[in-house]
Amino acid sequence: MSQQAGPNPAVTVVGASKVFNRGTPRQVDALVDVDVEVGANEFVSLIGPSGCGKSTLLRLIANLIDPTHGSVTVNGKPAAKARLDQEYGMAFQQAGLFDWRNVVKNVELPLELKGWDKQARRQRAMEMLALVKLSDFADHRPWQLSGGMQQRVAIARALAAHPPLLLMDEPFGALDEMTREHMQAELLRICRETGTSVVFVTHSIPEAVYLSDRVVVMSPRPGRITHVIDVDLGTTRDIDTREDAAFFKKITEVREALRGHELTGDVFVADGAAEDR
Amino acid sequence: MNARRVVGAVLPPLVFGVAFVALWEGAVNVFDWKPYFLPKPSSIWSEFTGNVTQIREAAAVSGMNALIGLVLGTALGVAVSFLLMRFHLLNDMLSPLAVALNAIPIFVLVAVFNNMFAITSEIPRRLMVTLVVYFIVLVNVAKGLRQVEATHLELLRSYAATSSQVLTKARIPNAVPYLFTALTIAAPAAVITAFVSEYFGGSQNGLGNRITSNLTANTAAAWAYVLGACLLGLAFYLISIGLESITTQQRGGSPGGGTT
Repeated sequence: MSQQAGPNPAVTVVGASKVFNRGTPRQVDALVDVDVEVGANEFVSLIGPSGCGKSTLLRLIANLIDPTHGSVTVNGKPAAKARLDQEYGMAFQQAGLFDWRNVVKNVELPLELKGWDKQARRQRAMEMLALVKLSDFADHRPWQLSGGMQQRVAIARALAAHPPLLLMDEPFGALDEMTREHMQAELLRICRETGTSVVFVTHSIPEAVYLSDRVVVMSPRPGRITHVIDVDLGTTRDIDTREDAAFFKKITEVREALRGHELTGDVFVADGAAEDR
Repeated sequence: MNARRVVGAVLPPLVFGVAFVALWEGAVNVFDWKPYFLPKPSSIWSEFTGNVTQIREAAAVSGMNALIGLVLGTALGVAVSFLLMRFHLLNDMLSPLAVALNAIPIFVLVAVFNNMFAITSEIPRRLMVTLVVYFIVLVNVAKGLRQVEATHLELLRSYAATSSQVLTKARIPNAVPYLFTALTIAAPAAVITAFVSEYFGGSQNGLGNRITSNLTANTAAAWAYVLGACLLGLAFYLISIGLESITTQQRGGSPGGGTT
């Protein structure tokens, strides 16, 4: 498995545009001419108001939708090939666990679909549950777990095939503040231990700053990238990081980048169709 | 569930039931209603205990018709819902039709079926039950197969799952609670259809026949068969509820839904 930092960047998006309902009165320019590169082992957040196309960009990278123009490369492969090879794992705001499977069988699912034999996938799934500290809950049903625990199972499942890249769409959006901060710390630890690159969609500025090596700020109508902010807070971030002056300075920087759109009157417009799901 | 909650759930309807029967018995005595108008519960009960064997035999006939129709209708409904899911055009053509047919009292068709088979045949009645059950199962299971959580579908796409993998890993498990919910509706409907089918001619051997044939000569006996019919319907319903509760328990009481 290509876990270690290879020569390939994790993600390369070149000149990507996405138009929904093309040629109809409901046409939406969800993304216009977007370029992004995510290096191996890098953590990049996409932040912006509703309708800025951040979820669309994540889905382009995941090859869940195709770009209207431009190209998407994941770990050196075209996005479609990368999806077929399970070069990435994915997690959503909803944990999306399957109620009719217990926790360990949920984690096994991507391996099962890849045709792993029973013993190997059980062993890997248990390793992943140990990674997210849920070994004791392998036989539980998803609905017996708290929201934060369910998300940890979802992360274990996303990483089960040891993909070099993790794509996350507001995975902690439904959690309370305390659980959320705990999950953020856990995610950084897991990424450090596994050497996984991450593209992380969020609405939360502190979350983006705390987690990321770089924060990509986006703006709606049409969806585009307006700023890319480097977050040089070091690689080991802990509870003290959140109280650091440099942390607040970065938060202010991202907020001002976002406010740039407010001045042009774009922040408070209604949600675009691009993000309707 | 603890004992107190069981008592709390069972006691009020039980008290009501006993009071109702007592009131009935009293009213018949006080107003001197004739047995052909409304027999006393006590005479219905004595007819019931005196004719247990005949009632059981009649119940076996109606019950078997209902059961065979229930099994065939469920199998057919499940099979066709898979076809509808596989072929969208077929779905667009047939789904509105199935819903519309479900809304009309199609069991009157039994008169037509009677005409197609020998007069002593049970086939028309079983066919009728099959048809009624089929629509109920079809509509519900088709819904369960289609209404899979968007997150689950995106996940499976991200795993590059084939469409048959999506079927076995998401759609079918998702449809299972829908099937059992359909059965709780279909099981009582199957029994009712089996009785009503007997009113349209054919052999005089089921509970439905016995009710009508005793109605003028011995009303209390007719009511005893009504009681038998109630018990049979209740048995079907309880079994289907039992099956449903097993599946919902396994899923934490959230049929058809994923964990969010």
